[in-house]
Amino acid sequence: MSSFLVQLLNGLAGASSLFLVAAGLSLIFGVTRIVNFAHGSLYMLGVYIAYSMSERLAGGVGFWFSLVFSALAVGFIGALIEMVLLRRIYKAPELFQLLATFALVLVIKDGVLWIWGAEDLLGRRAPGLEGSVEILGRNFPTYDLFLIVIGPVVLALVWLLLTRTRWGTLVRAATQDREMLSALGVHQSWLITGVFALGAMLAGLGGALQLPREPANLGMDMLSIGDAFVVVVVGGMGSIPGAFVAALIIAEIKAICIWLGDVNFGPFSISFSKLTLVVEFLVMAVVLVVRPWGLFGRPQGTPRHSGAPEAPLRPAGKSLRWFAVALVAGMAVLPLLQGQFPYALVLSVDLLIAALFAASLHFIMGPGGMHSFGHAAYFGLGAYGAALLMKAAGLPMEAALILAPVVAGLGAVVFGWFSVRLSGVYLAMLTLAFGQIAWSIAFQWDDFTGGSNGLIGIWPSGWANNRTAYFYLTLVLVVVGLFALRRMLFSPFGYAMRAGRDSVLRADAIGIDVKRIQWLAFVIAGVFAGAAGALFVYSKGSISPEVLSVTKSVDGLVMVLLGGVQTLAGPIVGAVTFTWLQDTVARSTDYWRALLGGIILFLVLVFPQGLAGFIHDLVVKLKPNREAAR
Amino acid sequence: MSLLQIRGLQKSFGGVKAVDGIDFDVAAGELLALIGPNGAGKSTTFNMVNGQLRASGGSVKLDGRELVGLKPREIWKMGVGRTFQIAETFASLTVVENVQMALISSHGKLYSLWSRAAGAYRNEALELLDQVGMKADADRPCSALAYGDVKRVELAIALANDPKLLLMDEPTAGMAPKERNDLMALTKRLVVERKLAVLFTEHSMDVVFAYADRMIVLARGRLIAAGSGEEIRNHPKVQEVYFGTGKTFEKPVAQEEVAA
Repeated sequence: MSSFLVQLLNGLAGASSLFLVAAGLSLIFGVTRIVNFAHGSLYMLGVYIAYSMSERLAGGVGFWFSLVFSALAVGFIGALIEMVLLRRIYKAPELFQLLATFALVLVIKDGVLWIWGAEDLLGRRAPGLEGSVEILGRNFPTYDLFLIVIGPVVLALVWLLLTRTRWGTLVRAATQDREMLSALGVHQSWLITGVFALGAMLAGLGGALQLPREPANLGMDMLSIGDAFVVVVVGGMGSIPGAFVAALIIAEIKAICIWLGDVNFGPFSISFSKLTLVVEFLVMAVVLVVRPWGLFGRPQGTPRHSGAPEAPLRPAGKSLRWFAVALVAGMAVLPLLQGQFPYALVLSVDLLIAALFAASLHFIMGPGGMHSFGHAAYFGLGAYGAALLMKAAGLPMEAALILAPVVAGLGAVVFGWFSVRLSGVYLAMLTLAFGQIAWSIAFQWDDFTGGSNGLIGIWPSGWANNRTAYFYLTLVLVVVGLFALRRMLFSPFGYAMRAGRDSVLRADAIGIDVKRIQWLAFVIAGVFAGAAGALFVYSKGSISPEVLSVTKSVDGLVMVLLGGVQTLAGPIVGAVTFTWLQDTVARSTDYWRALLGGIILFLVLVFPQGLAGFIHDLVVKLKPNREAAR
Repeated sequence: MSLLQIRGLQKSFGGVKAVDGIDFDVAAGELLALIGPNGAGKSTTFNMVNGQLRASGGSVKLDGRELVGLKPREIWKMGVGRTFQIAETFASLTVVENVQMALISSHGKLYSLWSRAAGAYRNEALELLDQVGMKADADRPCSALAYGDVKRVELAIALANDPKLLLMDEPTAGMAPKERNDLMALTKRLVVERKLAVLFTEHSMDVVFAYADRMIVLARGRLIAAGSGEEIRNHPKVQEVYFGTGKTFEKPVAQEEVAA
């Protein structure tokens, strides 16, 4: 029993740091409506800066000063980010802001790598709190007790700031209705900068406080942002007390899972300690389904500015058709050039698979209006499906290529049924949760999926087992897939999907069951993503859980947004650009992430409508236009 | 028997009774105006008839079939079209595609994945647009239209499944006087030609008195009067809710005498 209580105390200590990060994220989201992907990176910066300062400054005072300094420094960096970057893109569609913050993740990660190196850095113990106290006959670190206290203290301070000061009143007003606040004559720029700085500072403090507990490492950004998202969503977007309660719940559930360890239920044995990777996402999924706006949140009003309305779909003109035909023909002769460019075929297969994956995501994201953050789940289901159908069921490649998309589609039937019940950010978070659940199953089910090692030796059937043949197989399947997706967008179903996105009220009033349309769209997107995944696994010969990871989902998002979400060619242009960039940049420099992030930032600032959108606008501008002539 | 029968219909939001037990009928071929000051419960009534809001009590019957508890899309299938107070159309579709969408839905072709939507029921859609005078704009994006035109497109959408009952929530708001008269004259013609029943709300009294066959007046969630234009105009309670009693400054005693 005493071990249980100590484990609960451990949970409380973990909750404090989690709360600090999440509270910052929640504050920033409340006011700016930006889902700040870079928040985890700010947390990581907090740890590193605290490390460097505490190594330089001697003595107890030096250590504590380092923590405070680190928080302030991160707050300053946050303000800088807001002023230099985000301020320019508040008017852009919300997904673009997301893309920009994701680019920041890449830049900051490489910045940290450059300054501090790739080694884990273990910080000093906190002076004065090095020891442990005996609780119920067990040793409990004194520093953890300090952490348990600090969480509620910061909660109280932030709460006082928000409810007892004029600034806090303005922040709360901005959280509810920014347009109204600005109509009342409040100058918002500095308010928003201030909120961003405060949020960043909380993240930095959360990181700095973590220094004596775990070594600073480069994986902290993604891990902490995942946790922070979950806490914010469970607690309710924009609610600080909600973030606190959610952090407590999640930290305690994790602690209980560790305490339970392996438990036998009759013949079955469940390893609860392994569940810690996924349990928070399970909690989030349950909360989102039962109470979509979180425990303490309120249902959100629809934002008043949702960007310019999309132009109606036009069937491809003659020139575009010829261009498509020429492109496919050009690709078909690529194998002839193998002598000069031996790498071209390998890269082309990657590009084609990426294009199909991105187009399937665009299908639900653009015309469907559902922003999936976990689309890698279906790619991965297709890939693992194909691999396992071959390895475990002994099916040949041809059968696996047909059945794997069905497996992914079945996954989408289940995940989609829950997801379409939500919309906006909440839908995005639920899809993220499902993606994460799929990932952790693949990661931990050693006997079936090969765990973290994955599966190897998945090669195509004899006839396709050479570069040229597999390239042609991929080319044919991807072109057919892209054509089918496009064709469906021009079908009554595709129109109904856009209709449901444009106006749920009107759609419902003319007999369209929007949820059902969205559900089917989800399944179709899943099937095509699964096909891309199946093609992927045979092109590599192996698979690891990485294909299911958040990073893969984010790659998909970046491709779609880079190309432009409002154009049909967008995802293809984006996929090709992104994959090609990633490939070339990664081979030319160690800091490819920063370069990629820099390129994304540049593109976001210069082409807020995406690459394909930009080209489209350019063509329209150059051509005398009927609409303009009116 | 009348087409639409509403009995004891009510809706409360928390403690507020927005609609407090109202009864009325709409007959086929009748243009019935539902009027009343702001906050009287007109839109709430509309949203209950069309299923967007679930009634807290009472019944709504169309041809004797109960509508309370059905979803908007189910009620639409039974032959109830509607336009919204703030026009709702599909901004990323062209004008004609908006109407085609309703036709596709009424023909049960929503889940057709392979045929092309662009040509589906286009001629029928153009004909409907012609009726509301929007045929010339058929291929423009709906997002590019002036608000009054969007309202006319909405009417064409609502007519697509050949409804028995049309609900129009402030159909002429945001329109110029000439446009208003055109739209209402069109509506009146539809009522006569198709034996359509129309229930509409309106703030513009000249429109109401010029076109409605009959009107009912709602104030604070209750029906206070019903009848022809002349009857409503002279109804003391109606004058009171619209203009006040005009006796605000008299002593209460005097007011009671008047009431007696």
